[in-house]
Amino acid sequence: MITNEVILKSLSEVGSTVLLILAGTVLIEALLYFILVKWVKYKYALPFMLLAPAAIGLIALVIYPLIWELRLSFTNMSLRAFKNPEFIGFKNYVRVFTEPVLKQKMFFPLFGQTILWTVVNVTFHVGVGLFLAILLNRNMRGKGIYRTLLILPWAIPQVIAVLAWRGEFNFSYGYFNIILTRLGLTPVPWMTDPTANFIAMCLTNIWLGIPFMSVTLLGGLQSISTEYYEAAEMDGANGWQQFRNITLPLLQPVLTPAILLGTFWTFNNFNVPFFINQNELESSDIMVTGLFRAAFQYNRYGFSAAFAFVIFTLLMIFTIFYMRYTRSLKGAYES
Amino acid sequence: MSTITLTSNKATSKPKRSFFRSGREDSPFKRIIIHIVLIIACVISIFPVLRVFAISLRPGDRLMSTDLALIPPDATLESYRIILFDKPFLSWVWNSVAITVATALIGVILAATAAYAFSRWKFPGRSVGLVFLLATQMIPASMLMIPIYILAINLGMVGTYRGLVIAYCVTSIPFSVWILKGYFDTVPIDLEEAARIDGCSQLQAFLKILLPLSTPALAITFLFNFMQAWNEYLLARVMLGSSESLMTWPLGLQRLQGQYQTQWGQFSAGSILVMLPVVILFLYSSKYLISGLTLGGVKG
Repeated sequence: MITNEVILKSLSEVGSTVLLILAGTVLIEALLYFILVKWVKYKYALPFMLLAPAAIGLIALVIYPLIWELRLSFTNMSLRAFKNPEFIGFKNYVRVFTEPVLKQKMFFPLFGQTILWTVVNVTFHVGVGLFLAILLNRNMRGKGIYRTLLILPWAIPQVIAVLAWRGEFNFSYGYFNIILTRLGLTPVPWMTDPTANFIAMCLTNIWLGIPFMSVTLLGGLQSISTEYYEAAEMDGANGWQQFRNITLPLLQPVLTPAILLGTFWTFNNFNVPFFINQNELESSDIMVTGLFRAAFQYNRYGFSAAFAFVIFTLLMIFTIFYMRYTRSLKGAYES
Repeated sequence: MSTITLTSNKATSKPKRSFFRSGREDSPFKRIIIHIVLIIACVISIFPVLRVFAISLRPGDRLMSTDLALIPPDATLESYRIILFDKPFLSWVWNSVAITVATALIGVILAATAAYAFSRWKFPGRSVGLVFLLATQMIPASMLMIPIYILAINLGMVGTYRGLVIAYCVTSIPFSVWILKGYFDTVPIDLEEAARIDGCSQLQAFLKILLPLSTPALAITFLFNFMQAWNEYLLARVMLGSSESLMTWPLGLQRLQGQYQTQWGQFSAGSILVMLPVVILFLYSSKYLISGLTLGGVKG
């Protein structure tokens, strides 16, 4: 069922927005042209003009909200004090560490849970992804079909995939418990038992994340010249030695950013822990879902802003150490 | 490593021996093992989709069942009929298509120009910019939700597509710039320089030389932007409010999960239908996926 009215309405809304963006871009470019090219005659006028639309968008939608949020984190804004929040200094930041972040759960157990979640997921993503990539990186029949089927989880809208998985963890109608019952074992209460629920979350997310890793790593593997392996074989290196001394080091430029992005995405994954955790078990929450609950369910806006910056800072520290340690992202911004 | 993407097919052209990357000389036994492992992996990977498909074919009175058959004995297309003709499903999909195509195109254009600047000039503030792009990936999505929502209210953008379209265009930029910059870095600058000697302007060299050479990366970027906007739920829910006629499909399907009980059959049928365009797009571009995704900074 679809009416002309709906078609026209969404077209005109989208169309007018596109025109708006276009007009804004033209205006900015004209302005920059006159200032940088005609007036200042700046050496880097062209790159700055090329960057301007993206930069302005990011400033408006990332930097400005971040600064706004930073200000919010020093106030006691909540549902009770929505209109005129007071400035309360660092109190929110102190509260993050001293009071329960959710109803009962304190910050550090939640942090530990998140680390566990990230480590388990990224380990499996990289391990299985690399294994599949190595299997696929050869001449064989059906390679294209395997590759296509293996990246399918990536193509499925995440909300649908997660809800489908949640259905499979249903106590009486889910696939896992049907199989367990048929095998004569006791069905597992995936939705109510804290450990089982956490395992369910991990299974779902591992399934979701492997395609990205295997595709990325396969791209990296294919770029490694066969000559290295031929030389190694002549020297009598076995498979493991070749993997250890050729594949891994040469894959590093791809592996390092892939692991970094994978870590961010897993650490910040919202859909999986939020939807799989149907009964809102606090034991299954990770920091990001905790943040969402603090903000939108308990309406502690000021507090959740402070909490958000704590999470952000932790990721930042991790990134700095990771980049120092691996040093391989240098090329990304120094080349 | 600098030509990582251009040499992508070379590695498979010669016979090799070891387990960790082998080819024609694999023993038959090993080949069988590899095929078995891959088949198991494929089954696991498509399994949830098959289950959703099976549920979408079930008649309405036995949605909850412990039956494991892929095509139930009394299969029916009733759920598809209901969702296509009795529910505003098509208008949800249309809304999503309009938003998604527009934002993915604009997103790619903005990212491509920015990535070109990052790849070809060493302007002041360049490394700060690249680190900033990486840092945006660390921001939890729900972190920016409150300020963006309040900003949208102040600009009168709630309940229209304006805020949503702009937000989708912008949020995909950092990752796109990363991919495109990584790819542009692998294209030798000599080609553009030659074009400039022949009288092209810098912009013409970008449009006529670099962009056509970067089709795989552009295709991948478009695909990512498309998927991100197509699947987005949280921001759409916040920005569109309760407007019925503007709903995108994730909001609509979520609504099918209903106040009283989930319409599992219709939900599954709808899921299968919205999955199709993305899966087709994915399969079509999968030949680009491997070579296009060099993940920035692969140059070494």
